[in-house]
Amino acid sequence: MTGLLRTSIEEQFSDIYLEGELSNLRAPGSGHVYCTLKDKTSQIRAVLFRSSAMRLRFALQEGMQVVVRGRLTVYEPRGEYQIVLDTVEPKGVGALQIAFEQLKERLATEGLFDEDRKRSIPAFPRTVGVVTSLSGAAIRDILAVLRRRWPTIHILIAPVQVQGESAGRQIAKALADLNEWGSVDVIIVGRGGGSLEDLWSFNEEIVVRAIAASHVPVVSAVGHEIDITLADFVADLRAPTPSAAAEAVVPVLAEIVERLRELTVRTGQMMLRHCAFERQRLEAGIRGVADIRFRLQEAAQRTDDTVDRLREMVQQLLTFGRERVREAQRDLSGLNPILTIKQGLATVPQFSKRLEGQMGVTLAQHHHRIHALLAQLNSLSPLAILGRGYSILQTVPAGKILRQANDVEVGQKLEAQLAIGRLSCMVTHVFDDATV
Amino acid sequence: MAAVKFEQAMARLEAIVGELEKSDLPLDESLKIFEEGIRLSKNCLKILEEAEHKVEVLVQDKNGKKRIHAYSPDDADDEPSP
Repeated sequence: MTGLLRTSIEEQFSDIYLEGELSNLRAPGSGHVYCTLKDKTSQIRAVLFRSSAMRLRFALQEGMQVVVRGRLTVYEPRGEYQIVLDTVEPKGVGALQIAFEQLKERLATEGLFDEDRKRSIPAFPRTVGVVTSLSGAAIRDILAVLRRRWPTIHILIAPVQVQGESAGRQIAKALADLNEWGSVDVIIVGRGGGSLEDLWSFNEEIVVRAIAASHVPVVSAVGHEIDITLADFVADLRAPTPSAAAEAVVPVLAEIVERLRELTVRTGQMMLRHCAFERQRLEAGIRGVADIRFRLQEAAQRTDDTVDRLREMVQQLLTFGRERVREAQRDLSGLNPILTIKQGLATVPQFSKRLEGQMGVTLAQHHHRIHALLAQLNSLSPLAILGRGYSILQTVPAGKILRQANDVEVGQKLEAQLAIGRLSCMVTHVFDDATV
Repeated sequence: MAAVKFEQAMARLEAIVGELEKSDLPLDESLKIFEEGIRLSKNCLKILEEAEHKVEVLVQDKNGKKRIHAYSPDDADDEPSP
């Protein structure tokens, strides 16, 4: 029967156009793409085989409004009819996407997403509230990261469904409950990745308003990094994933302990340094005082010395002065000019008298002596001796006067001075005996 | 709230270290804030030591009354799924 239907259907719907929204998009390793095409009232399964999928120039996305062309067939193992897509064209945007944009704009106009509404996340929360499903991957990720970073953290979970009809209401109530509980420092609200429909609860107005109304700061963590919901816009901090949210709300305890230790050590060090500095200043001060005292003593001693020396000098000057005065008096008394003049005047007549007497005697004496000297001269003249027949022999050319015969040798030339004239002679014989 | 107290204490401790490092305070002032710093540091350590790891679940009973009970996730020690 299925085979008959299939033939019938394939014949009747061999080339059809459909318009709808892409949903339940799946692309397994085979390269074929499976999805559901739906509109407000109906849906149909669709398959895009690898060869057709590779011709697409854009990536298929959940919720995308599309116009497709293809043929109907029946998948016999399941007895389901489906459309085998030939071409897929995007048509505007999906209905959910439009709803999203509309709500976003409305809430933005109300100021719900304003930056100045956002509360700061406490640096060291003691209790972290978590609004998520107990069965998802998100809660495991959050617990693991919180435990790793801050092993003693207190975690309070408000379990909710994170997709489906009642999810939005549950999430909103959980947020209110945690606020009411009172001891929660920060709340993480979120879930793991999923389709746009799966994440839709986090786009619901009731959830957005509950986050905005929370007194406790809220960190949103919905799906993967690329998924952005209205909860992310209104939250005080948007984390790309549940793990990232956990990292954002608690620091690493070990680092805080280390920081605390470092601050404590530095406090001590600074105090020690300050004390050492003040001590040095004090010691310098003490040295300064001691120094001043020493200098004062020194100055006093120098003053004493100086005064002593001054006194001595004054004494010496006085003594010296007195002596000089006395000497000067003595000198002055000996140098009285009147006295000297008187003495001089008395001496002059005596001298002139003595001069006169002396002159007469001296003249007569000189007269006498000149006569005697003349007679003596006369008798001593060699010429007078020559006149008596003597002659003087002199060697030639030395002119040496001979007194002994052996002063000369034979052949010596001699000159004889007579009273009148001279003779030139030659020694022919020398007789050196004294007797002649 | 203890979290706020701890945050303030850490901030004050940082400020004290900064003040001491500037070292333009008179010695008695320094001593005063030094003692405060040591006190804060001890308090902070006490807060950290006092804390105890607890995972609890907030639930509502049939009468609409909120209760908390301990939560021990059977698979919490597994590797986080991607």
